[in-house]
Amino acid sequence: MDAIASKSISSINLSIYRYDPDSGKKPFMQDLLIDIPEGQDIMVLDLLNIAKEQDPSISFRRSCGEGVCGSDGMNINGKNGLGCITPLSEALRGNKIVLRPLPGLPVIKDLIVDMKQFVDQYKKIKPYLINDEEKPEKEIKQSVEEREKLDGLYECIMCGCCSTACPSFWWNPDKFLGPAALLQAHRFISDSRDTATEERLDQLEDAFSVFKCHGIMNCVSVCPKGLNPTKAINEIKKKLVKRAL
Amino acid sequence: MAMNGKGEELDASKLKVLEYDGIVVGGGGSGLMASLQLAQSGFKTAVVSKVFPTRSHTVSAQGGITCAIQSADPDDDWRWHMYDTVKGSDFIGDQDSIEYMCQEGPKAVFELEHMGLPFSRTEEGKIYQRAFGGQSKDYGKGGQAERTCAAADRTGHALLHTLYQANLKAGTNFLSEWFAVDLVKNGDNQVVGVIAFEIETGEPYFLKSKATVLATGGAGRIYQTTSNAMINTGDGTGMVLRAGFPVQDMEMWQFHPTGIYGHGTLVTEGCRGEGGYLVNKDGERFMERYAPNYKDLASRDVVARSMMLEILEGRGCGPNADHVYLKLDHLGPEIVHKRLPGITELSKTFAHVDPVEHPIPVVPTCHYAMGGIPTNVHGQVLTQATDGTDNVVHGLYAAGEAACVSVHGGNRLGGNSLLDLIVFGRSAGLHIENSLKDGITLSKATNDDIDQALVNLNRVNISSTGEDVASIKSELQKNMQLNFGVFRTGDLMEKGLVELENIREKTQNIHLTDKSSRFNTARVEALELLNLMEVAQATAVSANERKESRGAHARDDFQDRDDENWLKHSIYFADTKEVTKRDVNFRPKIVQAFQPIVRSY
Ligand SMILES: Cc1cc2nc3c(=O)[nH]c(=O)nc-3n(C[C@H](O)[C@H](O)[C@H](O)COP(=O)(O)OP(=O)(O)OC[C@H]3O[C@@H](n4cnc5c(N)ncnc54)[C@H](O)[C@@H]3O)c2cc1C
Ligand code: SF4
Ligand code: SF4
Ligand code: FES
Repeated sequence: MDAIASKSISSINLSIYRYDPDSGKKPFMQDLLIDIPEGQDIMVLDLLNIAKEQDPSISFRRSCGEGVCGSDGMNINGKNGLGCITPLSEALRGNKIVLRPLPGLPVIKDLIVDMKQFVDQYKKIKPYLINDEEKPEKEIKQSVEEREKLDGLYECIMCGCCSTACPSFWWNPDKFLGPAALLQAHRFISDSRDTATEERLDQLEDAFSVFKCHGIMNCVSVCPKGLNPTKAINEIKKKLVKRAL
Repeated sequence: MAMNGKGEELDASKLKVLEYDGIVVGGGGSGLMASLQLAQSGFKTAVVSKVFPTRSHTVSAQGGITCAIQSADPDDDWRWHMYDTVKGSDFIGDQDSIEYMCQEGPKAVFELEHMGLPFSRTEEGKIYQRAFGGQSKDYGKGGQAERTCAAADRTGHALLHTLYQANLKAGTNFLSEWFAVDLVKNGDNQVVGVIAFEIETGEPYFLKSKATVLATGGAGRIYQTTSNAMINTGDGTGMVLRAGFPVQDMEMWQFHPTGIYGHGTLVTEGCRGEGGYLVNKDGERFMERYAPNYKDLASRDVVARSMMLEILEGRGCGPNADHVYLKLDHLGPEIVHKRLPGITELSKTFAHVDPVEHPIPVVPTCHYAMGGIPTNVHGQVLTQATDGTDNVVHGLYAAGEAACVSVHGGNRLGGNSLLDLIVFGRSAGLHIENSLKDGITLSKATNDDIDQALVNLNRVNISSTGEDVASIKSELQKNMQLNFGVFRTGDLMEKGLVELENIREKTQNIHLTDKSSRFNTARVEALELLNLMEVAQATAVSANERKESRGAHARDDFQDRDDENWLKHSIYFADTKEVTKRDVNFRPKIVQAFQPIVRSY
């Protein structure tokens, strides 16, 4: 808040990626000068909403406005993040901001990317609890410590910021599962109630699914929920190696 | 043929057709519970959602799901939960529905746990439960209960993702990022499907089905300050009203006490459940004055009004004395970080304070629609005949926040919405499953019937001049905030109603400037505005008509509850813009009905 207030910036140079394949025009950067409420630190999404009032054809996804639904992953001044919880004070360079779609995925329009590859990889890891045992009448018991193993894993909001920042995913989006899907794989492997650990590991054993991760940690540095896919991936690798011995 | 830049008019012949056994409009908790039930029984099921399902607003629910699963207290009893819910509703909740929800609840919660929902745990490895407002033991005589099952303060996220995952497993079809526009009715007043378009391509469809479920969620965006997502625009309510069916208790809007000041984003009641409390500018814990027994955990309507009184009487905090503080700093970092990690994040982002060190500035924020599309316990939508009797609308179901099976009456208790979603989402799914097995015959829609459902969409698509969507929307929101907020009075509401008529005239004449086909969010927002308009007007007319104060509906000019005239549901039809009454159900099946008493906390 104070960064902006002290500089008393009241208008922002917004440069935004525009593309509508139906229009026959090539992608271009549109430059807009946006007035913002004096002395307030608004979020990047608020800025986009103001821009959309000027030009209703600007397209982006958004819903919750509080960083929990994962709709508005985008590339903000070169870094992936969520528009709704990235304050201008953090994002601005001078009074300039450049917004692009998440890199590496096909663009549907403007800031909207096609998430199909991302979701397909998620589906591959069987993202649901597998437990073939007879169910108790009440809950399946889980100790506080067992439950703690899921912290840092289950909170993923599927925004795609991590996978689209990962060079390995850019090169092999069909074979390398990517950080988000692998984080979820580890979420189910770590769940004391899941009985399919071995099958899950079998599925990850090939040279690509997990092993294409080279520990560059781009994923960790962009995750808006502060999650650590690299750590989860290393845990999976360790389990696979241990099993092979 | 996608909707295109030439703004051509659509008719039945230009639509593609897809057919399913059951169509669920809405991929939130209630929709996904209904679809899961259907898909698991082998029926061809589609979920239509304007956002990818896990982006639905259920994901934002924080505090938990209230249910007497006897984890925190082995002697807990669903009947006590029922008592609290009836009392919380200020006695216009339907007791058959409330009984069904409280009794069926535990089964549904354990089912979610078996699906993998990562609930927080107790030392014995059971599901963790926390205290929430309005919860008691022993029919109000045994003190505060702890009945809200929680996954940290991210219960909605955990629940929604778990249900999405279970639907993937069950093979549900997802029409993700599709926008449903209007219901298709046949000549017998039965619903045979819905008009929708794929947002990515702009391709319009007739989605045909023997059973259509509206699970479209809330409509908090009729107000300026709300905890609701931007997509919560009451689309299902709009569709139902345009189809000539009624809505119920639309005056009943819950204002949640703790919205982050200046933003509206919610911090959960679970904060107070974990021991947080509200203070005014003098540092006084003022709820001790208003609700000596339950204090900060009195029912939401009571706490929100008390806060507004503190502010109106000059005891608010900050330079403008226009908010109060929620104190958590006395709880210590351990509790705050372990039990309320999401709140810590939100508070830092939107209030710029770390709750471990500083109190959070809060004001009441529009949060939840108790009213909605009237249904019975099977989720079947009801309409009212001219003689006042209930009739089922064949082919149409509703569940979740869009519906009003009326378990919340005049005021919803915390954690009861998530329970409502899963219990009645499932019961709708079950009823459809059984009806499909028995065989459903609905007569076909004619081309005229289909064209009828295209009127609105065409109007927007062919508009060539007219009013700007964004500015009408903000006018509407301001009007609702000002004239139909926490405290209401006849004069202001009359003024607001006149204003709304003006706004409606403008909405008749909106101009969609961008007519492109591909991911046209401007088209979506224009259609959403038409739905907001229907919801706002239903709210305004019903609020003005209910001449008493009950639950969330507090009038300065009628300050008392009037059981003689208003122990009733209000029913509103859009064509007449008139309100009629409907009896509240006082016939639970197992327990004796709870009779109205003075509601104090
Ligand atoms: C911040 C916050 C915290 C909350 N915390 C709690 C809590 O702790 N406990 C509790 O019990 N309740 C809580 N609630 C309330 C509860 O979360 C909601 O009432 C509930 O999640 C609504 O679920 P739903 O399934 O009815 O709708 P939603 O989850 O809102 O889903 C609506 C669905 O309908 C779809 N849809 C809508 N219109 C269209 C259309 N035209 N075409 C296609 N699809 C459409 C949307 O895409 C979406 O998938 C909270 C609410 C908020 C706002
Ligand atoms: S650590 Fe692995 S998954 Fe993460 S960005 Fe690097 S290569 Fe990708
Ligand atoms: S791991 Fe983080 S960045 Fe990746 S999808 Fe999940 S929330 Fe987004
Ligand atoms: S709008 Fe939901 S995460 Fe940003």
